[in-house]
Amino acid sequence: METIDADIAKIQEERRKKEEIASLTTVTYDSDLYGIGNRFEGYERSIPVNEDEEDQDVGEREVARKLASYTAPKSVMKDLPRGMGGDDDDLGFKKPQKIIDREDDYRRRRLNQIISPERHDAFTDKTPDPSARTYADVMKEAALKRQKEELLREIGKKKKEEEEKKASEKDSGSVPVQPSQKRRNRWDQSQEQDASSKKAKTTTGSDWDLPDSTPGIGRWDATPTPGRVADATPSLSRRNRWDETPTPGRLADSDATPAAGGATPGATPAGMTWDATPKLAGLATPTPKRQRSRWDETPATMGSATPLPGATPASAFTPGVTPVGGVDLATPTPGAINLRGAITPEQYNLLRWERDIEERNRPLTDDELDAMFPQEGYKILDPPASYVPIRTPARKLLATPTPLGTPLYSIPEENRGQQFDVPKEAPGGLPFMKPEDYQYFGALLNEEDEEELSPEEQKERKIMKLLLKVKNGTPPQRKTALRQLTDKAREFGAGPLFNRILPLLMQPTLEDQERHLLVKVIDRVLYKLDELVRPFVHKILVVIEPLLIDEDYYARVEGREIISNLSKAAGLATMIAAMRPDIDNIDEYVRNTTARAFSVVASALGIPALLPFLKAVCQSKKSWQARHTGIKIVQQIAILMGCAVLPHLRSLVEIIEHGLSDENQKVRTITALSLAALAEAAARMVLKASTRGKVLAAFLKSIGFIIPLMDAIYASYYTKEVMFILIREFQSPDEEMKKIVLKVVKQCVSTEGVEADYIRSDILPEFFRNFWVRRMALDRRNYRQLVDTTVEIANKVGVADIVGRIVEDLKDESEPYRRMVMETIEKVVANLGASDIDARLEELLIDGILYAFQEQTSDDANVMLNGFGAVVNALGQRVKPYLPQICGTIKWRLNNKSAKVRQQAADLISRIAVVMKQCQEEQLMGHLGVVLYEYLGEEYPEVLGSILGALKAIVNVIGMTKMTPPIKDLLPRLTPILKNRHEKVQENCIDLVGRIADRGAEFVPAREWMRICFELLEMLKAHKKGIRRATVNTFGYIAKAIGPQDVLATLLNNLKVQERQNRVCTTVAIAIVAETCSPFTVLPALMNEYRVPELNVQNGVLKSLSFLFEYIGEMGKDYIYAVTPLLEDALMDRDLVHRQTAASAVKHMALGVAGLGCEDALVHLLNYVWPNIFETSPHVINAVMEAIEGMRVALGAAAILNYCLQGLFHPARKVREVYWKIYNSLYIGAQDALVAAYPILDDEGNNVYSRPELMMFV
Amino acid sequence: MQLNVRLNTVFIQASDRFNINSQLEHLQAKYVGTGHADLNRFEWAVNIQRDSYASYVGHYPILSYFAIAENESIGRERYNFMQKMLLPCGLPPEREDD
Repeated sequence: METIDADIAKIQEERRKKEEIASLTTVTYDSDLYGIGNRFEGYERSIPVNEDEEDQDVGEREVARKLASYTAPKSVMKDLPRGMGGDDDDLGFKKPQKIIDREDDYRRRRLNQIISPERHDAFTDKTPDPSARTYADVMKEAALKRQKEELLREIGKKKKEEEEKKASEKDSGSVPVQPSQKRRNRWDQSQEQDASSKKAKTTTGSDWDLPDSTPGIGRWDATPTPGRVADATPSLSRRNRWDETPTPGRLADSDATPAAGGATPGATPAGMTWDATPKLAGLATPTPKRQRSRWDETPATMGSATPLPGATPASAFTPGVTPVGGVDLATPTPGAINLRGAITPEQYNLLRWERDIEERNRPLTDDELDAMFPQEGYKILDPPASYVPIRTPARKLLATPTPLGTPLYSIPEENRGQQFDVPKEAPGGLPFMKPEDYQYFGALLNEEDEEELSPEEQKERKIMKLLLKVKNGTPPQRKTALRQLTDKAREFGAGPLFNRILPLLMQPTLEDQERHLLVKVIDRVLYKLDELVRPFVHKILVVIEPLLIDEDYYARVEGREIISNLSKAAGLATMIAAMRPDIDNIDEYVRNTTARAFSVVASALGIPALLPFLKAVCQSKKSWQARHTGIKIVQQIAILMGCAVLPHLRSLVEIIEHGLSDENQKVRTITALSLAALAEAAARMVLKASTRGKVLAAFLKSIGFIIPLMDAIYASYYTKEVMFILIREFQSPDEEMKKIVLKVVKQCVSTEGVEADYIRSDILPEFFRNFWVRRMALDRRNYRQLVDTTVEIANKVGVADIVGRIVEDLKDESEPYRRMVMETIEKVVANLGASDIDARLEELLIDGILYAFQEQTSDDANVMLNGFGAVVNALGQRVKPYLPQICGTIKWRLNNKSAKVRQQAADLISRIAVVMKQCQEEQLMGHLGVVLYEYLGEEYPEVLGSILGALKAIVNVIGMTKMTPPIKDLLPRLTPILKNRHEKVQENCIDLVGRIADRGAEFVPAREWMRICFELLEMLKAHKKGIRRATVNTFGYIAKAIGPQDVLATLLNNLKVQERQNRVCTTVAIAIVAETCSPFTVLPALMNEYRVPELNVQNGVLKSLSFLFEYIGEMGKDYIYAVTPLLEDALMDRDLVHRQTAASAVKHMALGVAGLGCEDALVHLLNYVWPNIFETSPHVINAVMEAIEGMRVALGAAAILNYCLQGLFHPARKVREVYWKIYNSLYIGAQDALVAAYPILDDEGNNVYSRPELMMFV
Repeated sequence: MQLNVRLNTVFIQASDRFNINSQLEHLQAKYVGTGHADLNRFEWAVNIQRDSYASYVGHYPILSYFAIAENESIGRERYNFMQKMLLPCGLPPEREDD
């Protein structure tokens, strides 16, 4: 065995080396995306000889490994590849990225699925066309595939046994064994290729002849799908990953290798693009053919070109294959090579790289040449008449290496319309194409005459154009294209549409946004196509099902929507027929997605419709996979539909219950999980949890969900039953089990019927012994779960029991553990209060908390602070005896060397200030105040902020008069601190100053307040809105305290500054001063200021007026006449901003005084506002329109209508536009009021315009 | 007509991106009675008439006032007004331009 391994390793090593030399890919693939390591890392390099069913797939294992750190058991994770909790740390906007980049291996398996050929629609009357695939065909294929899989496994097993036997017989002789093939990945073809070519070198016969070799998977690969021409290979048609696909989405195809072809020419698949090559190869020696030479990776446009006669680039470049064979040169080689193939990311990068190189090597233009050469001494010659420039390097590359002027060679016809990888302006206003789009849309760049195309081709072209617009276009383009696609869906037909759309969705470089758009297209088109969609159901499902397990929530929703629409369009029978073969697919991925899709079908068409089918599937005798999937469908239905399953619960449970005793363990597990999902009613589920491990975890989990739903009596009974197992499992070393057990305990304990005594006696001792250990605090998830569970238990058994048990641990030596204890205590105490805590416990608690608080070293201090605060607040007056001790600690720590410690101490003061007041410890607080005052010289801003916060808390509770140090000493000390630019300092400081100005302004001389006013002006620049708001309010308080004059003078002066934000805040402050000190104290000075001939000042005054009238509302009626002349002037000013601001002042004024009898002044102002209606600057016109709206409220709609009527039918359109705009807003605002005010219209001929009803009089 | 509509939108976009008029079409759909620069006398009159009848029917005191004046029952009066809302001004006149 070891020798074999060594052999394999050696061969793999060689292969790797070869690969490195062989292609440019090693240089060019993006190391950011694919990592610097081996890019095949994480992929299985070989097929295990004995594929055991229990052995999970690589992808699956990979997922399970990644998910191992999540909270739920692996078995569940396997079902839900998403993270369960909202543990995403990186929420927020992400830049657009390719879907494939964020997918894990499991999800990436979607790319292995192939888009199956369409199937026969059973609902049409005509008999199926022999070439169409019917349900029977598909089922037969599926069965064959399964058989083959089993056969292969058998063979593998037998072989392995033989080998083992041999190996045991003679240890010395090493048996050369074929390197087993790689499996299942489309990116590794080159490897596969290499491997098989190596094989070809070493062996002379076909690989069938080798007695001991693995049945060459390579051979299987060549098996055509049913839609294609059959060939010599046994027509076992398998639609799985090994297959050649008929889709354009695959790299064509190393599998049909010339090597094999050379050996057994008859076996080469016919009808492939490749068949030309094997013919050549047949002549040549079966040499290894390098698959991914860079010629293969030329852009896809080539693929759609007509075959270039004679130009056989593939053969010309294949090392070893002699290109001279002029005879065969006429063979229409697909210049295409594999160009219809999907671009793998490496290829795609190559393309990018190539484009870059070409850009640098482009032909020099005449201008450039002129610049390079001297003007004299050179002559510009005309090119020879026969010269045809080669513009595109891609063709240059193709053209040059032709067998040096071989007689039979002729220069290929050029298609002038063709443009290769030059990203040129796409014709006809098409959007930009990314290189990876060429293979799908390349044909669009051929500017052939559309008239020459057949109608079918034209249709294809049209579809492609529209799709490209949807995919890459601007929003308007996209919108119209989408609409056209929808409108013409039936005209285009389902076939052409889906054949274009679906491959796009399989494109590996697809981005989220693009997928979203394409899915949207499918959605719209589905709706239109309706039953025409039937033959394509499976195709669509293959593409859409992966969305159901996408990690993006919206992708999943979209996927569901599409499948639900699809099932409505195609009908249940078609859906079942399409998906039935996948139910027992050998690939877990296929089964998983199919189950999810089925659940969506169930929700779309109703559960009852699906029940008979589900029943049949769940009882399938043929394969456990079918039963597994069936039961999984039920689980998915439960998850998807939630409580909507209730009506069908009984039938669903009946369908799956036998799964609990299934012979297959996987089926039992999924059944338990499904039951957990169906838990609502499965109250009588029997506790059969006899086995341990994964199954047990699943059982426990489902019980956890079920017990809370039971009646109280049952709940307590079952809890006791389960508890034995749970308690046994408390000691389980398995992390998963721990988490589940904790969760189940939490759920059980919170159930009604479970008694506190029972918990106390039976659960608590074991629980604390096993879980309250230091190790639990180290893992964040364990930590959380344990805290939650303990809090839940405390809710049942009370504070004293729990706190009593853990209080000692507050002095534990492990800090994370202490933190966990503290957090638990905090939550418990906050929930339940501290009344249960007796004197002894109280002492222990305070002692422990003080210890934990003092010993903390980590950065995250909040847990300790919150805990301290919560406990102290809960204890209330009972803390009194301990306060001196606490304050002593605080004082001590305020003096600490470490800034962090000082900050924590200050923060603690603000938490406990209220309780200190309750304990009548005012003297102590005063003392603390003095201490804090002394520390105001603190240099660390974070600490200073906390100290200010603590002072604020003390001032708040003991009041201005009793405050020590006295306010008159405190405030002057704060004035310089206001200069501090640190946000936390500013915020706390301005709060404190504002509080003093509000409550205790009289303790401070006016001069000091003025000084503070100046400092405050600076604060208006703060970034934080809260600070600016507090500052503006403080101006109000100060003005109230010392009278508005001085403050106002300061503020008005500040209007002259340049900074806009500063001026705006000043105007707000002025308005606030006016509001607090009555407008009459402010208005004269303000209006006087308007006389300053300076734009900023005048605008500031106007803005202040605007705010002022907004704040004072009704009070404005006394001042409106006073300010009218000023506003008149402003509304006539040349400056737009004057008029704009005046208009908004008028608006506020009008709204404030509506109904208070100021109409005369308002009409006067309206006359000044009205001429501004023709302004076009958005802000101005907006302000003017709003002023008019205000006037409508104040003057009534009729008055404004009268202004309007003059222009509604004005001969100039521009005038009419504006007037109708005003009319419309008038109409929307006061439709009913206008009825009485409409003008009288005279009847005209037959048309009655008059409204005689209004003339009626009794 | 086509041109007018286009001009209309251009104009609207230029100046009132910020207020309620910014989406004239939407507005028209929501408030049938709103007008535009190409509204003719007949169309406006129809709006006025319909609004008037809606107002009469909507205010009970007015409706009862009309009922007394015409010596009809209130229900009949309401019915009449509703009927008149169908073609309040008769058939639209022939367009002279177009």
